[in-house]
Amino acid sequence: MIDIFGVPLLALLGQMLLGLVNGSFYALLSLGLAVIFGLLNVINFAHGAFYMMGAFAAWGLLTWTGIGYFGALLLVPPLIGLLGLVVDRLLLKRIAHLDPLYGLLLTFGLALVLEGGFRYQFGVSGESYEVPESLQGALDVGFMVIPKYRLWVIVVSTLVCLSTWLIIEKTRLGSYLRAATENPTLTQAFGINVPLMISLTYGFGVALAGLAGVMAAPIFQVAPLMGSNLIIVVFAVVVIGGMGSILGSVVTGLGLGLVEGLTKVYWPEASSTVVFVLMALVLVLRPAGLFGRSA
Amino acid sequence: MSAFSKKRWLLVGMAGLLLAAPAVFYPVFLMKLLCFALFASAFNLMLGYTGLLSFGHAAFFGGAAYVTGYLLQSQGVGTLTGIACGVLFALVLGALVGLLAIRRQGIYFAMITLALAQMVYFLCLELPQTGGEDGLQGVPRGSLLGLNLSNDLTLYYVVLAFTGAGILLIWRTIHSPFGRILLAIRENEPRALSLGYDVARYKWLAFVLSAGLSGLAGALKTLVFKFATLTDAHWHQSGEVVLMTILGGIGTLTGPLLGAATLVTLEDQLADKVGSLVTVILGATFVICVLLFPRGIVGAASEFIERLLGKSSPPPLP
Amino acid sequence: MIRIVFCWLLRALSPSLWATLTLTLCTLQAQAAYSDNVVKIGVLTDMSGPYSDLAGPGAIVAAQMAVEDFVARQKPDFKVELVTADHQNKGDIAANKAREWFDREQVDVVSELVTSSTALAVMKVAKEKNRLALITGAGSSRITNEDCNDVTAHWAYDTYATGSGTGKAVVQQGGKTWFFLTADYAFGQSLEKDTTAVILANGGKVLGAVRHPFPSTDLSSYLLKAQASGAQVIGLANAGSDTINAVKQASEFGITPKQTLAGLLMFITDINSLGLKATQGMYLTEAFYWDMNQDTRTWSQRFYARHQKMPTMVQAGLYSALTHYLEAVKATRSDDTQVVMTQMRKMPVNDFFSHNGKLREDGLMQHDMYLMQVKKPSESHYPWDDYFVRATIPGAQAFQPLALSRCPLIHK
Repeated sequence: MIDIFGVPLLALLGQMLLGLVNGSFYALLSLGLAVIFGLLNVINFAHGAFYMMGAFAAWGLLTWTGIGYFGALLLVPPLIGLLGLVVDRLLLKRIAHLDPLYGLLLTFGLALVLEGGFRYQFGVSGESYEVPESLQGALDVGFMVIPKYRLWVIVVSTLVCLSTWLIIEKTRLGSYLRAATENPTLTQAFGINVPLMISLTYGFGVALAGLAGVMAAPIFQVAPLMGSNLIIVVFAVVVIGGMGSILGSVVTGLGLGLVEGLTKVYWPEASSTVVFVLMALVLVLRPAGLFGRSA
Repeated sequence: MSAFSKKRWLLVGMAGLLLAAPAVFYPVFLMKLLCFALFASAFNLMLGYTGLLSFGHAAFFGGAAYVTGYLLQSQGVGTLTGIACGVLFALVLGALVGLLAIRRQGIYFAMITLALAQMVYFLCLELPQTGGEDGLQGVPRGSLLGLNLSNDLTLYYVVLAFTGAGILLIWRTIHSPFGRILLAIRENEPRALSLGYDVARYKWLAFVLSAGLSGLAGALKTLVFKFATLTDAHWHQSGEVVLMTILGGIGTLTGPLLGAATLVTLEDQLADKVGSLVTVILGATFVICVLLFPRGIVGAASEFIERLLGKSSPPPLP
Repeated sequence: MIRIVFCWLLRALSPSLWATLTLTLCTLQAQAAYSDNVVKIGVLTDMSGPYSDLAGPGAIVAAQMAVEDFVARQKPDFKVELVTADHQNKGDIAANKAREWFDREQVDVVSELVTSSTALAVMKVAKEKNRLALITGAGSSRITNEDCNDVTAHWAYDTYATGSGTGKAVVQQGGKTWFFLTADYAFGQSLEKDTTAVILANGGKVLGAVRHPFPSTDLSSYLLKAQASGAQVIGLANAGSDTINAVKQASEFGITPKQTLAGLLMFITDINSLGLKATQGMYLTEAFYWDMNQDTRTWSQRFYARHQKMPTMVQAGLYSALTHYLEAVKATRSDDTQVVMTQMRKMPVNDFFSHNGKLREDGLMQHDMYLMQVKKPSESHYPWDDYFVRATIPGAQAFQPLALSRCPLIHK
């Protein structure tokens, strides 16, 4: 068997596949952040909290109404999106005229409130969510035995990311969106309801976080703080990818998942810091990020 | 009475209050207040006077707290040396982080500082010298200029002196030509650049100074509580110092002091009353503050007074 | 008495400017404490953070029960009061609160103190003010070793007991080969080290270990390494959400039940939130299980009626510790720290929590621990029916022998 730096190739492939699973979550979350940032110029610190709420919503649907995983997959994102709409209308709109930094601060406060509230209600160790019946068990893909559910995560999130990209780049709605990003005043003059579009965009970005939450529920413990540690890594992903392109955030997310997976094999102690080291490197070499347009 | 002498009287009054405070309040609590007041003021030097929001100041605060704690506890150095090394560490770290971070502005700057601070946090957690989750415990206070610091009252005056010196330094910086240039950068960076100022260099210097003073606050905190723990380096600490500054009022000298006092008191008082809802209350304070008084308590108060006196409209937001 | 000494010290040390003022304050306080005849207990715990499930509000319920039961049973001639606060897992808040309680509210004993950083910070304050600290929530073995002092009692468990207890018992049950998943910081490393020593001493073998960052949400790649090692037992030298996610993902990857997991620090609340399906077959060591015998059941049902959750060893331990303390106060008719402490060491601890427990010189309350195995879902017949008690580990074996203690009080 071929060894790469002392690790069998097949084992390495398996680890890379696992890395892609984590990368899928990074991609979904950073995509949401990028979409929101594009139009609102706000870094949504509450993104991790919405992700957490997505997971809790899936758990709640199952526990209280008996609606299972696939139902949650369809219901939860619009639900979280709706909540996002409300947040935008009630809170973010009021500070839209201020420096974008206030948006970061507002959403930071919001994240504290949401996480604190869930912590108060559900305790910290959280709740457990089963893998749906039809996706249980594992698949032998030749080099490893991987749980079906993990493959499902990779497939679904890639599909979602790609279709989001297609919508934004190829459809009429997407062109309005891009126009509003470039020049809101002018777009408004063409009769397009920009404030509504902004609210919808925030709702959509947040819905993506909710979707990621539902998908994470069967793998990770559904816990109030599940988003707060993830979000900082996702910030680093966003910095590395640069805010310029939608595709960039997706590719960077998946790529960093891979890199992190490989680090776990060779130097596990460093796996949580490797993303930040990469970020520092990228900043030195390409301050605008890998896919970013320089400001 | 001229504005200047009014200010002077205010200062004298404040100094008197601070000197007499331990008679009424709990010295350890007061020292905590002072440390955070210095921390928030140092942070304000960045946000208020340079317009850059750092979300990673806990790295300097916590990093220095650990360095000072480690040196005092395991290396047996003198108290002054310990503090000096903590500050030095924060300065060097600030220089490095600053080099990377000032390449970007606004939100990017915030995220970069946050991510780099996270690396420092992991170091504090994983290095064998830091005691992991337990942190450094039982750090000796030692003595300074022959004063035995294990007495809370003695230490209070020492901390007061250090904090006072730190805040004075900030005040001097802001009112120096250097501070004027910083303000110019904040108001209009392209113009400052076109006037021939090396903008990046000025920002970097301000960042390093702010980091060093945050480090001083952290080192003093270790001395006061006799320990350094992960809380000091966690990103929640970075968030808290932002909240203190915003709550008090960005870009004012008294704002961060007031913000720190409010938040520390709030946290202290809420602990036994609302229990687990304390995070929710802090978060809500944040949201309300951003929505209703983006210029903080001091900003809102002065606006109110000016309106009462029928003076001109408030200056634009930073 | 303490207060008089303390005030004298304060006066001696304060600059003369404050002397008169302190004098007045101290006389007032001393008179108040002397006349009101109150034993005041402080419960300082994590009400909202990561440890609020295993301690937190439930610990306060347990403390209330301890006080009510004691008053009803003994009808003491002094009043017992309870104050509580949330330390938010921050050492400075904990130390500050304890200091304030000691200085301002005449609190005699501060208890619970989950998380080692807060416990270590508070026990130093307690020493300085010569009051008691009864620790049930924190697990660090530093409390009764390097950092020990004569005003602290460590009641429920420490990581040495949970780690090496599990290690030894599992090896004796046939789990000879081990692989560790270790959280990469002081706590995880010492847990791995202590357990390894016990495994080797009992004829087991350690095939390898992987150090993962703390906290980690995705432990699957480390679990694959453990799987590839072929070890019979995977030791989880981590805690909290890391352990929870590891268990969950081990079941997802089909690693359990082929290989057995051994939790080196886990609580019944962790098992309950993970569910039996994911945890079945796991080994872990606890000081207490509600369904062990009639005594534990009776008490736990009362607890359940008030808290809607079964007690953890931390909560049950707090009841035991406070009861023991109050009995000692009554027996000596004194709330002087050293007098009470001596009495607490003299009396054996016999209650539903501990049989023939004894408080050692280094502050450790030595009592029996139990090796638990988690039931299969089909074996569990009612809620919280989670464990088989597989072995009783006698106190002398469960905890680090006194002779090996690194506590300076022992070897002076």
